[in-house]
Amino acid sequence: MALLKTDKLTIKFGGLTAVNSLDMIINENEIIGLIGPNGAGKTTSFNMITGVYTPTEGTVVFEGKDITGMKTHEITKLGIARTFQNIRLFKDLTVLENVLIANHMRFGSNLLSAIVRTPDYMKKEKKAYDKSMELLKALGLDDVKDEISTSLPYGKQRRLEIARALATDPKLLILDEPAAGMNPQESLELMEFIREIRDTYKLTILMIEHHMAVVMGICDRIYVLDYGVKIADGTPSEIQNNQKVIEAYLGVD
Amino acid sequence: MKKSKVIQSLISIGLVIVILVVLNNFLTSFQARIFNLCGIYIILALSLNLINGFVGLFSLGHSGFMAVGAYTSALLTMPKEMKEMNFFLEPIAPWLLNIELPFPVALLIGGLLAALVGALVAAPVLRLNDDYLAIATLGFSEIIRVIFTNTQSMTNGALGLKGLNAIGISGKSAEGYWWIWGIVILTVVFMVLLINSTYGRAFKAIREDEIAAEAMGVNLFKHKMMAFVIGSFFAGIGGSLLGHLMGTIDPLLFRYLLTFNIVLIVVLGGIGSITGSVISAIVVTIAMEALRVLDGTMRFGSLVINGVPGTRMVVFSALLMIVILFYQRGLMGTKEFSWDWFKKLSFKSKNAKIAKRM
Repeated sequence: MALLKTDKLTIKFGGLTAVNSLDMIINENEIIGLIGPNGAGKTTSFNMITGVYTPTEGTVVFEGKDITGMKTHEITKLGIARTFQNIRLFKDLTVLENVLIANHMRFGSNLLSAIVRTPDYMKKEKKAYDKSMELLKALGLDDVKDEISTSLPYGKQRRLEIARALATDPKLLILDEPAAGMNPQESLELMEFIREIRDTYKLTILMIEHHMAVVMGICDRIYVLDYGVKIADGTPSEIQNNQKVIEAYLGVD
Repeated sequence: MKKSKVIQSLISIGLVIVILVVLNNFLTSFQARIFNLCGIYIILALSLNLINGFVGLFSLGHSGFMAVGAYTSALLTMPKEMKEMNFFLEPIAPWLLNIELPFPVALLIGGLLAALVGALVAAPVLRLNDDYLAIATLGFSEIIRVIFTNTQSMTNGALGLKGLNAIGISGKSAEGYWWIWGIVILTVVFMVLLINSTYGRAFKAIREDEIAAEAMGVNLFKHKMMAFVIGSFFAGIGGSLLGHLMGTIDPLLFRYLLTFNIVLIVVLGGIGSITGSVISAIVVTIAMEALRVLDGTMRFGSLVINGVPGTRMVVFSALLMIVILFYQRGLMGTKEFSWDWFKKLSFKSKNAKIAKRM
């Protein structure tokens, strides 16, 4: 069954059409890659799916529900989580607090019960703490839980961003260049890691990535964008041999 | 672990109360007045720090919300005869004339009305960010002041209201002292509980990164609104206490300069630190008075310096600049007081000794 479906997704900024009529179908449990040269509209597509931008035309359907034009936080509640191209951690907060924030929306308690610390609130607080600790442990971040998030080394910051996204209990995880700034060895580890979390947390993953080794290594299917238009989609081997893709990346005489 | 924290907090509150009892017996009436002012500034600084420091909305509308609280509680507590005396230019609106409520009720209504005005201002203003938000809130607070200047039959306009004495505070009175400091303790406890709850975390997340916070499922508008309304509520409470301490209020008291005083306290104490705001409110309020010496004539042996009024503000500004140069994030940054400090201190000295031996 299609988990996410975009239909003729289009956005125009003034006279510029950043993404033009993008059709995508993402099935459950797949790992999908979205690639393309710089400025092709990849991150813009992500922003439309997660509600940061409202598309000029077209629809986004998640689990059969039309989510076009919904607010980001509402979409997060439905089960789409994302990471950012340039890491956006809550800088002054600890690693644990960063993950705890993702639990805030599930508290459902009102302000008063939080101030008075009702038993019900404390129970939820305990649950959020346990859940976050479990997640940090699974991702190997439990030993640094009280460190300020930005004091972590780069790789761990990336990992924390993924942990934070996982803490929102997503069905679809959207990763914006998770391997950016990583060396080949780290990229390989990341590939393993992504596959692992997909299996453990029963996720579907949509990712933008420039490291071709990573993309070709783990993606089930790949969409290729160029100047806002989808020029190809298919399995990694199909994409590698696609004439249009090669032209987009290498240019034509 | 959790229980010991609760006990520590209770001990802290007990200690504060003991200190307050002692001070109440020792302070002269002038000193008690300054000390009461410290308390009011603590409330005001904490309320502004919630908006500016914890949620990161640079709001400059505080004096407007204070005015709402101050006028409301003043009009609701003032006896009929006093109102008739105050409103000699134009008679007071009849429906206001006969209302006389007990102080706590009036205080609460003042706070709630300020919160309501806060919500009304926030609804359009929260669409803005950074500098634009600052300008817009500043504008709204001036609008509130101008409205108060021109609604003669309700607020007595530019003449102001005189003779507020519902808590017998003008002069030294145990009652007023405990009203103010009781509310200070309640405010501090409220803020500590709020900031350490899941809502506090959400507020800080918004301050650190709005886009990421929203992607974590935090409803930006709802939480900003919440902080703004709570902040305005305590601004209203602080404003009405200030009015009753002064005994006289008029629209000029609530100019933007008052807001800047509070901003100064918050920045100096550390944007995003409750402890910082409390310390800085006390230090700044006392320093403003203590430096008054500089305005008068000073003698150093045969050398006589004739006082120039305003010298204290020059010195005060210089001190401020020094503090800001050395503590860029304010005295406390975003750190908070905790009993663990003492543990750490003793540990550190022990560790240092061990390290030296090795």
